[in-house]
Amino acid sequence: MYAIEVEKLTKKFHGFVAVDSISFSIERGEIFGLLGPNGAGKTTTMSMLSTMLKPTSGRASVNDFDILKSEDDVRRSIGIVFQDQSLDEELTAHENMDFHGRLYRVPKDLRQKKITELLELVELEDKKDNLVKTFSGGMRRRLEIARGLLHEPEVLFLDEPTLGLDPQTRNRLWQYIEELNKEKGITLILTTHYMEEADRLCDRVAIIDKGKIIAMETPENLKKSIGGDVITISSPENDDLHAMIRLQPWVNHADLHNSSVTINLKNAEQHIAEIVTLSSANKITINNISIHKPTLEDVFLHYTGRTIREEEAKTKDRMRMMRRMRTR
Amino acid sequence: MDIVYTIWLRSVKRYLRSKSRIIGSLGMPVFLLLVLGLGLNSVVTLPDMEQGYTDFIIPGIISMSVLFTSVFSGIQIIWDKQFGFLKETLVAPVSRLEIMLGQTMGGATTAVIQGLLILILSLFIGLSINSIPGFLVAIVFMVLIGLSFTAFGIAIASRMEDMHGFQLIMNFVIFPIFGLSGALFPIDSLPPWVRSLTLLDPLTYGVEGIRYGLLGTSQIDPVVSFVVLTGFTIFMVVFGAYLFRKINI
Repeated sequence: MYAIEVEKLTKKFHGFVAVDSISFSIERGEIFGLLGPNGAGKTTTMSMLSTMLKPTSGRASVNDFDILKSEDDVRRSIGIVFQDQSLDEELTAHENMDFHGRLYRVPKDLRQKKITELLELVELEDKKDNLVKTFSGGMRRRLEIARGLLHEPEVLFLDEPTLGLDPQTRNRLWQYIEELNKEKGITLILTTHYMEEADRLCDRVAIIDKGKIIAMETPENLKKSIGGDVITISSPENDDLHAMIRLQPWVNHADLHNSSVTINLKNAEQHIAEIVTLSSANKITINNISIHKPTLEDVFLHYTGRTIREEEAKTKDRMRMMRRMRTR
Repeated sequence: MDIVYTIWLRSVKRYLRSKSRIIGSLGMPVFLLLVLGLGLNSVVTLPDMEQGYTDFIIPGIISMSVLFTSVFSGIQIIWDKQFGFLKETLVAPVSRLEIMLGQTMGGATTAVIQGLLILILSLFIGLSINSIPGFLVAIVFMVLIGLSFTAFGIAIASRMEDMHGFQLIMNFVIFPIFGLSGALFPIDSLPPWVRSLTLLDPLTYGVEGIRYGLLGTSQIDPVVSFVVLTGFTIFMVVFGAYLFRKINI
């Protein structure tokens, strides 16, 4: 049984392809992550799955309801925490919850019971009568998650759940999310551009870039697919360094980036001295050298040839362009 | 129906909570009442009317208060859009018509409360309510102005991206609607071409209806006023609902 099935889903905005024929399935009880830079099409995918946006082509079903034919059934069976805040700041935490419960037609007795229970879960019970405008970013996020769960959805959508939160709050939220999944068996689909987040939370991750899924696996397997270790070197003569390293027999492959060279190899510890010696023999200065186990960041780099951070800066312009097109 | 009630409840709660807005929006009408009403009372004599100018403009100022509050309540949807709350409402398994009706009724309720506050204040500067049915007639017309112009505000908000256009709407749409409505002058004494303009203004019928209710005299037959304003209200609600259905977030 799949919680979500997506087949060749595509969304175009005035010629710009935001989501390009993606297909995937999510099993019940799974935590599934869409990982990619801003503007990769994660939020657009979420919007289509939550029936907020009509796909240009392709089909998808959520809890066995078709997103085009049974909009209301889909909406009833999912909870959503949007990327941008969506609370009414002039109402109290309890009133925000109550409003949501009424909108989803949760009967009064059950509604009151669930609100108390969920506010306790996210530790906001003692603040329930405070106006939301007095809440911190982390408290608002927790309230939104509690609200998204009020109508007992089978699938919870989390769009960038920890964006802009401090590390401590982020950690606490991760714990909530894990608890929800374990104790209530809720299927979670989340988008993020934080590698650690995807790594820590997700059972499976789809790396999405420029509207396409370029890899889909467990974080473990994704990292294994790169294999061995990663050495990152930065040098003023990156080009020469890359050309030199590339030819060594013990190198799996080496990539040249704007500010660094990454080398994929086995037993990095044994070869690091060799790299340094080779470099000084060829009069290449090394500013910085480090060894680490592959992270999802390296996986992203491996598949796209770019780091997700490089991508951030560039996509800002594209995002702006897209927003302009959408508002037209 | 419970969805409409939910949305209505939120509007009213927010309104009652924003004391500064309630007091703030009383400022202008009270100012006009005092300056125009008391200031011009001794200078202006109205043909065919036993009441003074103060009594004459009270219904006009009440209409103005209802008009401004309702348009403003409707346009507030833009804020919901900007602060993201509209998403929460739109993604729920409810129809947009229910949401729109809830907003409209919520806006109308706050507008009528605002109008009643002016009415109560008017009692201190000489208004006296002589008949309960007349008072109820005035309320009915206030409700109709409230409903139609909140729907009007929602229609505008559905097509606007942010609050930048708000000033434009205020100056070029709302003020002319108020100015041309016969709130401040008797429409019978106008030159014929201006008079036909005022008859095109839906608010004229609201002002005349309230005037009939409170003073017992009006220049337009109250039945005509009622029919025209009800027609306008139905049209605005349908039009507002149509535009709101297509709102993008």
